[in-house]
Amino acid sequence: MTGAEMILHALKKEKVRAFFGYPGGAVIDIFDKLYDEDIPFYLTRHEQGAVHAADGFARASGEVGVCMATSGPGATNLVTGLATAYMDSIPIVAITGQVHTHLIGNDAFQEADVVGITRPITKHNYLVKNVDELPEILKSAFYLARSGRPGPVVVDVPKDVQQALTKAPYPDKVEIRSYKPTIMGHVQQIKKAAQMIAQAERPVLYAGGGVIASEAAEELQKLAEIAEIPVTTTLMGLGIFPETDAKSLKMLGMHGTAYANFAVQECDLLIAVGARFDDRVTGKVDKFASKAKVIHIDIDPTTIRKNIEVDLPVVGDVKHVLKELLKHVKPQKHRQWMRQIHDWKEQHPLRYDDNGRIQPQYVVEQIAEVSHRNAIISTEVGQNQMWAAQFYNYIRPRTFLSSGGLGTMGYGFPAAIGAQVANPDKLVIDIAGDGSIQMNIQELATAVVYQIPVKIIILNNQSLGMVRQWQAIFYDRRFSGTCLRRDPGCPPHCNGSVENCPKYVPNFVKLAEAYGAVGLFADKPEQVQPTLEKAFNTPGPVIVEFKISEEENVYPMVPAGAPIDQMIRGMA
Amino acid sequence: MRHIINLEVENHSGVLARIAGLFSARGFNIESLTVANGESEDESRMTLVVRGDDAIIEQVTKQLNKLIDIIHVVDITANYYVGRELVLVRVNCPPAKRGDVYQVVEIFGARVVDISQKTMTMEIVGPEEKIDAFLETMRPFGIKEVARTGPIAMLRESKKKI
Repeated sequence: MTGAEMILHALKKEKVRAFFGYPGGAVIDIFDKLYDEDIPFYLTRHEQGAVHAADGFARASGEVGVCMATSGPGATNLVTGLATAYMDSIPIVAITGQVHTHLIGNDAFQEADVVGITRPITKHNYLVKNVDELPEILKSAFYLARSGRPGPVVVDVPKDVQQALTKAPYPDKVEIRSYKPTIMGHVQQIKKAAQMIAQAERPVLYAGGGVIASEAAEELQKLAEIAEIPVTTTLMGLGIFPETDAKSLKMLGMHGTAYANFAVQECDLLIAVGARFDDRVTGKVDKFASKAKVIHIDIDPTTIRKNIEVDLPVVGDVKHVLKELLKHVKPQKHRQWMRQIHDWKEQHPLRYDDNGRIQPQYVVEQIAEVSHRNAIISTEVGQNQMWAAQFYNYIRPRTFLSSGGLGTMGYGFPAAIGAQVANPDKLVIDIAGDGSIQMNIQELATAVVYQIPVKIIILNNQSLGMVRQWQAIFYDRRFSGTCLRRDPGCPPHCNGSVENCPKYVPNFVKLAEAYGAVGLFADKPEQVQPTLEKAFNTPGPVIVEFKISEEENVYPMVPAGAPIDQMIRGMA
Repeated sequence: MRHIINLEVENHSGVLARIAGLFSARGFNIESLTVANGESEDESRMTLVVRGDDAIIEQVTKQLNKLIDIIHVVDITANYYVGRELVLVRVNCPPAKRGDVYQVVEIFGARVVDISQKTMTMEIVGPEEKIDAFLETMRPFGIKEVARTGPIAMLRESKKKI
């Protein structure tokens, strides 16, 4: 078998249902072998589209996402997507071509030190120097990507290694002596956790993406049920706990609900499960949950005590730890605490102004309504992402796909393509802003060619809204670089009140049509529901453009570095 | 505080880059780092000297452990250990001063390894305190050049945990 054949053989052995990529000189041998294989392959229009699609595939399915790119620029175009997956612990195997081994280090054509470049943004990476090592490296790559705290793994394969013959078989399993993730939590620690839960009067569960990675939503829900503990999730954790449940506090942090932030600040026990106390969650760290004892359950020991002091760490796979914990937790009621939470919810709900224009929050609510909350939502990054997080009310894990850690604009659309490939029968929707969508708009060709029926909902505020929001609130409305209508004819300074603005570019409806997709437009609130219905009932990819006001901001908002209960409320 | 951390790592290319990258990316300070083959061909042994408070050192050891190619991480600072460093030092030493320098060499159990009309070069092996004291004593002669390996260390079998 040649190295190229071994790579495809590995994909089959790992039951890879589909992969995404882009050819080039250094992977031409793999593509040549692919010509006669029936592994579903999706040719994206940019390598960044391929890696985000693999990421969306992984997030929506729980399987390892796979992508492929050529050496040099092909591989460097994967970098943003790898960093995105690394920050959010998403399992990806990326196979990159490399120049001939005898040319490595020679500044050869399309050569880049891919292992060097991707080292800090992958869980691990390999440069394969000998074809006989290739099978074991590929097996290790899949194993590392999906086990422990998942993450992306790069396998960089020089062209001559792809062409060389090997007799080494693809192993059924692999042992890495230096890699032994702790799966089972320490039983004594877990018993202590149960005691702390029994003693708590105002407990809060704070759940993150780790719960999704370990498929532990059911166990978490049971724990919340039995011990009557309200649940707040991170952005990455949306869907772990039904947001329609009375115990749901929805998302916490910078753009979290007021009641989630109040509950965290007032609780006497914070149980962090598969979450990492990110700065967007904690705000000012030393004022975060300062009245609470903290239990931190996570598979990655480095997350423990990285940002905040923990009273009881439990290192282990969240699902195993919660299963064990459930054996020791006794039924409880926290009537007073639940009443307090109920009151906060009544007094400080998520709200928005009804001003006769299309409100983005209303669009998100209507998406939930019209799709019966049965869709997979992916988002771009910025205001669109936060509104999508706040106003949908997620009820199932793996239905909200978003670049949380890295905050990658241009993630949502290719990720939606990947999610749709993983779930051909589901409705997959990308909630986008007019800025972000243009960062990977070329993938419309991919969606049309393969008839991947992703629905793109563009909340068009004609600006880079989240940065504009900061400029509006903290920078005296000095809208530098955030207006997407601005042209050289505009006055040097514009605080948003100038009239006769230049025309917005592009026309998204025509753009959709140019690609052979369907484009819809609406600018009146009463058009939102019928337009969405029409979009969801139209086969194939659809772009829907809703024109919204550039003045609409995301609230509540915790200013960077402030304690999380000090929110700018706006309407909320 | 200053910590001595021993690493057993896979003898793969790029391991050193992973460790160096980890330290620079996370802003940890390395005071010294020694690398060489370990017991077997496929392993390397490293000794790191790192400065930081307890929280930083906890992160350092955890982050090192997380690197796939690292087999073993031991912070030996709180235990009894044997620590050694090799140093080459060249001082100004006209022939008239040779006796004086030699006296210090004798006292510290160092060795003269090179000599010229103007200089004398010594090697000294020992725990760091001894090396520091030796260099201090040599300073008045005029140190021209110093090459230090950085410490290597091993836990004492005879007297384990304090």
